Order: sequence, then structure tokens, then C-alpha cells
Amino acid sequence: MLDGTEPVLDVADLRTVFRTRDGGVYAVNGVSFSIAPGEVLGVVGESGSGKSVTMMSLMGLLPSPPAEVTGGRVLYQGRDVRTMRKAELRRIRGGEIGFVFQDPMTSLNPVFTVGFQLMEPLRAHLRLSKAKARARAAELLRLVGIPDPEARLDDYPHQFSGGMRQRVMIAMALSCDPKVLIADEPTTALDVTIQAQIVELMRDLRAKLGTGIIWITHDLDLVAEIADRVMVMYAGQVVEHGPVGALFADPQHPYTRALLATRPGVGGPRRRRLRVIEGQPPRLGAPPAACPFAPRCRHVFNRCRVENPPRMPVGEGHDVACWWDPETDFPRREPADA
Amino acid sequence: MLAYAVRRLLFAIPTLLVISFIIFLILDLAPSDPTANLPLTIPQDVRQQIRLSLGLGEPMHVRYLKWLYQFAVNEPMHALEQLTGHHFSATPRVRVLSWQTRSPVVDLILQRLPQTLWVVGLSYVVGILIAIPIGIVSAVRQYSWFDQIGTFVSMVGYSVPTFFTGLLMIMLFSVHLGWLPSIYDTNLRVTDVASFWAQVKQMIMPVMVLALFNAAQISRYMRASMLENLTQDYVRTARAKGMREWVVVMVHVLRNSLIPVVTVIALGVPQIFGGAIITEQIFRVNGLGQLLITGIQGADIPLVQTLTFLFAALIVLFNLIADLLYGMLDPRIRYD
Repeated sequence: MLDGTEPVLDVADLRTVFRTRDGGVYAVNGVSFSIAPGEVLGVVGESGSGKSVTMMSLMGLLPSPPAEVTGGRVLYQGRDVRTMRKAELRRIRGGEIGFVFQDPMTSLNPVFTVGFQLMEPLRAHLRLSKAKARARAAELLRLVGIPDPEARLDDYPHQFSGGMRQRVMIAMALSCDPKVLIADEPTTALDVTIQAQIVELMRDLRAKLGTGIIWITHDLDLVAEIADRVMVMYAGQVVEHGPVGALFADPQHPYTRALLATRPGVGGPRRRRLRVIEGQPPRLGAPPAACPFAPRCRHVFNRCRVENPPRMPVGEGHDVACWWDPETDFPRREPADA
Repeated sequence: MLAYAVRRLLFAIPTLLVISFIIFLILDLAPSDPTANLPLTIPQDVRQQIRLSLGLGEPMHVRYLKWLYQFAVNEPMHALEQLTGHHFSATPRVRVLSWQTRSPVVDLILQRLPQTLWVVGLSYVVGILIAIPIGIVSAVRQYSWFDQIGTFVSMVGYSVPTFFTGLLMIMLFSVHLGWLPSIYDTNLRVTDVASFWAQVKQMIMPVMVLALFNAAQISRYMRASMLENLTQDYVRTARAKGMREWVVVMVHVLRNSLIPVVTVIALGVPQIFGGAIITEQIFRVNGLGQLLITGIQGADIPLVQTLTFLFAALIVLFNLIADLLYGMLDPRIRYD
């Protein structure tokens, strides 16, 4: 974390509900976080924990209906994204905040050339001429390591491999030198060698452009490697958040601990079975009134079942939403109690 | 693409031969008599003479091969001779002759074609022009009032037959209001503004009746195709890039959605030549549909055979065109 820097994106108490025929699904329940320039924030959690939905909510990218962002504040450089005019929001989307989606196979439009799709934001946001946009698009393809970029501009997405398409997506997200890049599992669909290249690429870009990166992933090892800070999500809430070193060395939340324990280790004795977290994440028919992890928690006690814990500081920039204190194996003393 | 088209055209030849033979068989099986419409005073033996003079005394395969030769060789040669003015042989060519009128079938078809193309063809174009915007708006504003009304109108337009809507319009606009003529006058020549206006007035009803029917169908395809594409990931990508909603819908989604719709439209074109038989009957448009009906009623086998075969050939041709269009619109499809 770059200390003393104003956050470029500051999200407070974001809430999103999906209105379905069977009632509401409360996918995001008061998520707060911020990101500074040049910082990498890793967001982890099981499938359905609200990681992607949070990121899409804050840019207004969820289809509405059924999705509805019901509350919260999203400040981008001090301006609230949720209340700004459409034209201004469009300038921020793509121009200031870039998005890389999970599935590169379907995220590009199949009937337009890669060049056309790359030039679109350049022409819309930077108002470049056709020739200049084309030159810049080729430059972007070169930046993400696509050979013979000039010629490949006229190719269609289906003429690229999965890894290449993801690079195109990244090039597209970076085309207007965004201040923030939101990468939603950008390497999940790719094989490991490509993954390493993409990670390397993102690191470079951060160093060169000072872009703040929000990296959503299931891959804890990857997070340990690239993130400055980590945010663990469960049931549409942040359950633990802290500097990567502290969080990995001293995980406070039972869910974080369980997640870390599920990693298959290379060293040490071989376990016959992979470790899992028993049970399923809850279906959120209502905003959680108690701790949503309680039914699966090994350290659960009465208070967990009646009161949803707030995020409580446990160290320098480290906070956790849990009533259980791993130091003492007793209920945590609330700051207010102290 | 060219090699593919040529290959497909060559494959079409055996297909069309089989089709022509099947049409011939079906017509031959039908218990029709070309003398049935003649006055009852004509005695049976004279009728038999007439049948023999029409060639009905010959075996089936001879009749088929004669028709085939007349249609596939004599007619093109005749057209060529007319075009160049050069006669390849001294003996006059036997063309496919209508049993009712004794004039060449192809000439009859060429006489009727303009009316059909104007009325039915225009209704198809109008239908498409109405359907595509309706389909787009219905999909973008799914379940809105516009969409609900559009769905209802489409349902009505598609399920209510044209002979009903046609008669309804005649009742309203011709009988009660007296605004529009109920009969289409083929002899009308457009020479000045007044006659042009008369032409427009007599075309309005048949064109609108058919356009409603066509639009109902195509707008549903358009809506479904748009809805399918609106939820695709690339749409989210376009929005995340900060594209205007107009660009997202009218460039990204529309281009993808049009691919199947264009195919459906191309496949529907042969129906134009089929000439909306019922609508032509109601409004007395003497187009191809009406020609076919009178041919069937008079057991005019050569006319029905030739016309039906031409429809079949058009269907085969437009299937090929639809496939080629698909290849042009969708870069993922290549015919090599």
C-alpha cells in the first residue's frame, strides 16, 4: 500500500439486490473498500460470495431488472459514480476504470474485428482520429504481447486463442490509461503458462502506469504473490480485510482460515483427500441478520447466531467481521466494550 | 465462396430434376380433366379427341420427358433467339403451352409477374421495415407496454388469416368509408399524378394486409434474436468500455441479431413469387397466385407444373442465397 495517497476509488456500504420471482436475493450487503493508485487489491471468496456482483454494481453494469443497487456510495476521485449523469458515467467506464471479464471466449463481439473493438473506446473517450486510434490499438496489442499486431487488428476474435483473447480484453481495458483496473478472474479460464504471462503483464502495467488493480480470484497463491491487500468476501459481505502479509500469516476469520487450509500443498505429507469447507454458502433471501458463516463455522457460539458482527480492527489496516478471537479462543471484545 | 456457390448450384440440378418429377407424378395422380370446364353440350367422343390432342394419350414418362425438354431446352433457346434475333433452327420450337389459353406458359407468367412483384414484393419490404424496428424496441424494452402491444398485434397478425383481415379492410375502407377501391385494376397506367395516386390507393389494402402478416412473423424473430444477444457477455463488455447505449444496441447487438433474421427473410423471398394466393384472390390482383389458382381449377397441367416447378427452383436458389448471406454476415462461417 502506498501510504499517504488519496484513494482513487472509495466504496462505502454498497448494497445490491436481485429482484427475482421468488423474492429478493441479497447479493451485496454493505461492502466497503478503497483502492489507492498503483495498489493491487485481491478479492477472494467462494463462487457466489458476491465478488463479481460487487464490482459490477459499482460500475452500474448489472442488468436492471433484475439487479438493483439499493444503497451505498461509490466515490471515484471524490465524485459519486452512483448519482452522476449518464454521460459522465460513460466517460469513467472504459476511460477511467477498465474492466477485464472472466470469460475471454464470450466477452468479445464475434462479428467485429479486434481492431474495431479496440478502437471503439479510443475514439469515444480520447477522441482520436481513425488513423491514430488504429496506431494506438496496434501499440496496445504489442504491449500485451501479441505478435504482428498491425495485421492482427483485422482479425476476428475467433481467430485468436483463449489466452490471446484475454490479452485483447486486457488491452481494451487499458486502452485509455485507466486509473483503476477491475480484473474479474482474468486468468481463471487460461492455462498456467499463459496465466503467468498475464500476471507478469499486469505487474508491468501497474509499475508503468500506476494503475490501481482490483483482482478478483479464487487462487489464493496468486493473491499472495501479487496483491498488496486482500479482501475476503462471504455472503456479500467483507469478512476479513488486511495487508497480504498479515492476513496470510495471521488469518483472523474462521472462513479465511478455512480457505487457506483448502489449498493443496506441494510440500509436506500427502493428504489422501483435499480439504474442503463443509456446507454451502447461504442463499440470501434476506440481508443476513446473524453471521452468515455461522452454520459452517467450527467456532460458532450463541452470539454468532443472533448478531451479525461488524468489521472490527485487529491490526494495522487489518480488520475482521467475527465474534471469535483466535488468540484466546473466546468471544472477541468489541471496541465499544473495551 | 464462389467455388462453394458453383458446387451448390451443380448439386441443385439433380435435386430439381427429382422435384420436377415428383410434381409431375402428383399432378398426374390428381383426378383432373382438362375438358371438365367445357360446355356440357360437347359429346364424350369429342372430349376424348381433345384429350388426345393435348397429348394425354401418351404414356406418363413420355409426357414428362416432353415437358422437361420443352421447359429445359426449348424455352431457354426461345428466349435466346428472341434476345439475339438469330434463329438456330428453321422449325418452330414447341414451347410449354397452356391447355386453357394455348399461349406459352412462360409468357403468361411474365404477364403476371409485375403485379405480384409490386403488391406482394412491396408488402414484404414494408413488412420488414415495420418488423425490424418493432423487434428491436420490443427486445430492448422487454415486457414494457410497447412490447406487450407488439406481442398482441403480432399474435393477431400471425394467427388471423389474410382472407379475414382483407375482407375486414374492404368492409371498412371500401364499403363503409369508400376511401379505397376493393378491386385492383391491372389496366391502370401510371401517367400523371392522378393515376399515380389511383395506383397507390388500390395498392394500399393488399400491401397492408400482407405486410401485417409478414411483419408479425419477422418482428417475432427479430425480438427473439435481439433478446438472445442482449444478455451476451460482449454486450457487458461494450457497456464497460463506456459505449453509448445506442451504440451498444444498434451496433453491437443489432449486427449479431440480424444474422438469423436475414436468413429467415431470404428464405421467405420465394413466397413473394408464390404470390400470396389468397390475398390476390380477395383484392382481384391478377398476379401469379391467381394464375396458379385458375390453372388448378381448369386442370391446366402444363401451367401448374411449370409454375410449381419455378417456385421450387426459387426455394432452392434462395436457400443457397441465405447460406451465402450467412457466410457474409458471420465472420466465423467460411465456405472453403
